[in-house]
Amino acid sequence: MIRASIVGASGYAGGELLRLLLAHPHVEVSQITSETYAGQYAYFLHPNLRGHTDLRFVRLADLKPCDLLFLALPHGQAMDRIDDFASLAERIIDLSADFRLRDPADYPRWYGREHPAPRWLDRFVYGMPELHREELRTARYASGTGCNAIVTLLALWPLYRRGLVREAVVDLKVGSSEGGSKPTPASHHPERAGVVRTYAPVRHRHLAELIQELDLDPADPGLHLSITSVGIVRGALATCHCLLKEDLDERAVWRIYREDYADEPFVRLVRARRGIHRYPEPKILTGSNYCDIGFAADPGHRRLVVVAAIDNLMKGAAGNAVQTMNVMYSWPERTGLEFPGLHPI
Amino acid sequence: MLTVECPECAATVELPADVEVGEILVCPDCGVELEVVGLEPVAVDLAPEVEEDWGE
Repeated sequence: MIRASIVGASGYAGGELLRLLLAHPHVEVSQITSETYAGQYAYFLHPNLRGHTDLRFVRLADLKPCDLLFLALPHGQAMDRIDDFASLAERIIDLSADFRLRDPADYPRWYGREHPAPRWLDRFVYGMPELHREELRTARYASGTGCNAIVTLLALWPLYRRGLVREAVVDLKVGSSEGGSKPTPASHHPERAGVVRTYAPVRHRHLAELIQELDLDPADPGLHLSITSVGIVRGALATCHCLLKEDLDERAVWRIYREDYADEPFVRLVRARRGIHRYPEPKILTGSNYCDIGFAADPGHRRLVVVAAIDNLMKGAAGNAVQTMNVMYSWPERTGLEFPGLHPI
Repeated sequence: MLTVECPECAATVELPADVEVGEILVCPDCGVELEVVGLEPVAVDLAPEVEEDWGE
């Protein structure tokens, strides 16, 4: 049993993490922090946890040493205090973007500020077990992944690592929880309800992670993201329009994805000729850590459409962080993550 | 154990020991219906399927 604490547990990712860790057989949650809600019971902010914990939020200044610190702060805060956090815990998993990128120059380029602790960037492993499992087994520090980045990476990794893609355009439809728990005029219900709102047609920040992890040329990556908010709370669906170097038939695509993902505990191939959902559907993944991936070839046009779905708070954030923890501690990766989602929902 | 390769998705599909010609199987991966068209060697083909209109 390890003792873990969550810094920034009042947000959606922090709350989801708390839900998962409370049910995890090898973790005791020691403390949860929030400056705004210090002293309050967690279940007033995360009402699904009533009856599951009597933990109250504490201030960051009252944080005590533990075995593992999860950092679920807004981007830009963990990087300012990383030395302090490292003095409190042997291991850290940071869900923010602060330690995802290896090149310090990427931070002013994509996040608008210099990184204050660039020497820490090499110490963090990009927290995606499917790509970095062996490094994570011995890592003390792991980053999270961008929710849009991880769903796109899982969709495209098998194709890019084989050099099959000439260019790709990824159209992401995402739920409102990606925007976090702090309200804005744009998230006010009369404005947000029912939208199909394209808010990042080009240059979304998560492209930086894709360039890094797929080893693309930053000046001309040949990979394009467009993000659209839709009227769901949880979920991200990546529709990846891949223009291939050569035609691929679907049997070949099946073989490629099976070869890479057959043993992955949280990747499923969904390209069904029967059933209700014949391609990946985020709705049925709510609360689960799965990434479902499907595809359709367009024979004769060297085009392949890959479709991938996740729950952005699970495989896109807290669930993936718990999976990363399981790898770091050599526990079975599914531990604490067995929930299969709901149907109907 | 008898197995065949799904002609749709290349999955390995297991067949019952007493499989007969004309029997319809379902591929566990892609869900397509497969008709057993031969036994020595075992062979399957895509079974005719009623298309559903998902275009609406």
